[in-house]
Amino acid sequence: MGDIRLMKGNEVIAEAAIRCGCDGYFGYPITPQSEIMETLMIRRPEQETGMVVVQAESEVAAINMVYGGASCGKKVMTSSSSPGISLKAEGITYLAGAELPALLVNIVRGGPGLGTIQPAQSDYFQAVKGGGHGDYKLIVLAPASVQEMNDFVDLSFELSFKYLNPAMILSDGVIGQMMEKVELSDFKPRWTAEEIEKISGSWATTGKKKGIKRRISTSLDLDSAKQEVFNHKLQAKYRAMEENEVRFEKIDCDDADYLFVAYGSSARICQKAIEIARAKGIKVGLLRPITLFPYPTKQIQEMLGQVKGILSVEMSAGQMVEDVRLAVEGKVPVEHFGRYGGIIPTPDEVVEALEQNFLGE
Amino acid sequence: MTATTELKNIISEENKVYGKTSVLLDNEMHYCPGCTHGVIHKAIAEVIEDMDIQEETIGVSPVGCSVLAYNYLDIDWQQAAHGRAPALATATTRLMPEKYVFTYQGDGDLASIGCAEIMHACNRGENIVVFFVNNGIYGMTGGQMAPTTLEGQVTATSPYGRDCQTTGFPMKISEMVSLLPGTRYVTRESAETAGAVRKLKKAVKKAFANTRENKGLSFIEIVGTCSSGWKQTPVQSNEWMKEHMFPYYPLGTLKDE
Repeated sequence: MGDIRLMKGNEVIAEAAIRCGCDGYFGYPITPQSEIMETLMIRRPEQETGMVVVQAESEVAAINMVYGGASCGKKVMTSSSSPGISLKAEGITYLAGAELPALLVNIVRGGPGLGTIQPAQSDYFQAVKGGGHGDYKLIVLAPASVQEMNDFVDLSFELSFKYLNPAMILSDGVIGQMMEKVELSDFKPRWTAEEIEKISGSWATTGKKKGIKRRISTSLDLDSAKQEVFNHKLQAKYRAMEENEVRFEKIDCDDADYLFVAYGSSARICQKAIEIARAKGIKVGLLRPITLFPYPTKQIQEMLGQVKGILSVEMSAGQMVEDVRLAVEGKVPVEHFGRYGGIIPTPDEVVEALEQNFLGE
Repeated sequence: MTATTELKNIISEENKVYGKTSVLLDNEMHYCPGCTHGVIHKAIAEVIEDMDIQEETIGVSPVGCSVLAYNYLDIDWQQAAHGRAPALATATTRLMPEKYVFTYQGDGDLASIGCAEIMHACNRGENIVVFFVNNGIYGMTGGQMAPTTLEGQVTATSPYGRDCQTTGFPMKISEMVSLLPGTRYVTRESAETAGAVRKLKKAVKKAFANTRENKGLSFIEIVGTCSSGWKQTPVQSNEWMKEHMFPYYPLGTLKDE
């Protein structure tokens, strides 16, 4: 059993990175996630594990440092919050185009523009639909607790290297800033040069050995016919993720007449809303997508013979609800309830929205 | 002895004075006739061979004409987004400090869109080599104005000649980076004559030696030509460069610590 501590979500991201054998963190401060880099600077991982931590001059530089580090077959990461992730979009699409593994953490705040520093879930589209230019997808994991902030760091690296695709932890200022009990992961050593050669030798730019073809980390191919073939390959990879990597949680769904679909902080709020609703005799359950891409489309579809209506609860003006509607294909009513701009919905508001939309109250 | 027999006797290993470096690949070059990139590539490749560091060298290519630099030098390469090569090189050298890491960037890439990344990599004194090819124009996009375009120089986006009152002044990047404590070696070279190429190779060798000794950032600007962008023949380009570019961008070492 690992160490049990009371920690902030952001601090846990940093601690989990050190413990999972991360080689490098490259970031730029932005509220509400600056504790990630601050914790790393305090912890001095370069003395403990050799992990490199660099405060870059901008988000643009930080993500491109990630691109350089990822090209070397190293476990590298960055973190930011909404406006910073927009700046990183350039590097993220290059990472996807060069098929490189990397961990990106977005502790979302309300927008658009500079917006607010309070929590929101209004970067869902940006995270799951691409965000930068070109047809690409990220693996997107949405923690709903400080424990999952810990667990998803290692999982993100694992999936990222498995599919040679960047992975994002999409969290928000609530989970980043709140303190909870967490069981930390055990320390794993960083990969040695020999292990990197074994795992990533076909693509990592570690210096061309004699008799081996040089490795080029690039997303450029001026030949459109080749680009189309490459895009087919990417799409096949995303389909494989949809087949194999969907993660979700169902709460109180067995006898549910109605269903909440919510992720992250909203899912925590929905759990309380379920208690309130059930005390009133309304049988409602929760389906919590853990992977936002690949999305638990099939798992929502499996509920359609059972439930009379679905409420998508998000701290946005209605983003994930589109994916719920795509899954449902009009078979039952799907409605959205959201507060946004940094306002966190209350469980009572959620129950009220359920009643108004489906129970005629 | 027939002429053929005589020639066969001359072409022998002991008489060999020059050969193509194996670091340079046999791919057909995409650069325009008269372009300086080819000569610079060869100079870098020959130094890599001379220093026997091919297995330890990682290049970072830019966006612009030399985006395809990775097709010519037989080493591992990373292809950066526009202007971001110093950021990639920063992470690469930090994570693999025993390697020789260099960026290869044009004036649009380094002096314009990538101005922040190069200044900060220089200021941090990253243990890398930067090759900055300055031909005062955007080649790949068809000859538009660059930050280094000379006053009065005609380009596609300064069709009446660069007006410094509205477009700012040609940026002397080497002078700027030489002021930063993080840079160790800053020099401005050219490659239009055999003598210039010899000097350039000497500078390249010194820069990689600095990396070997972990001395920090070496910055080599190479003033070059763009015959297509300048709308001149290769010979005219060299003359124009000497007459106009060299006075504003004087050759020589600015810093060597």
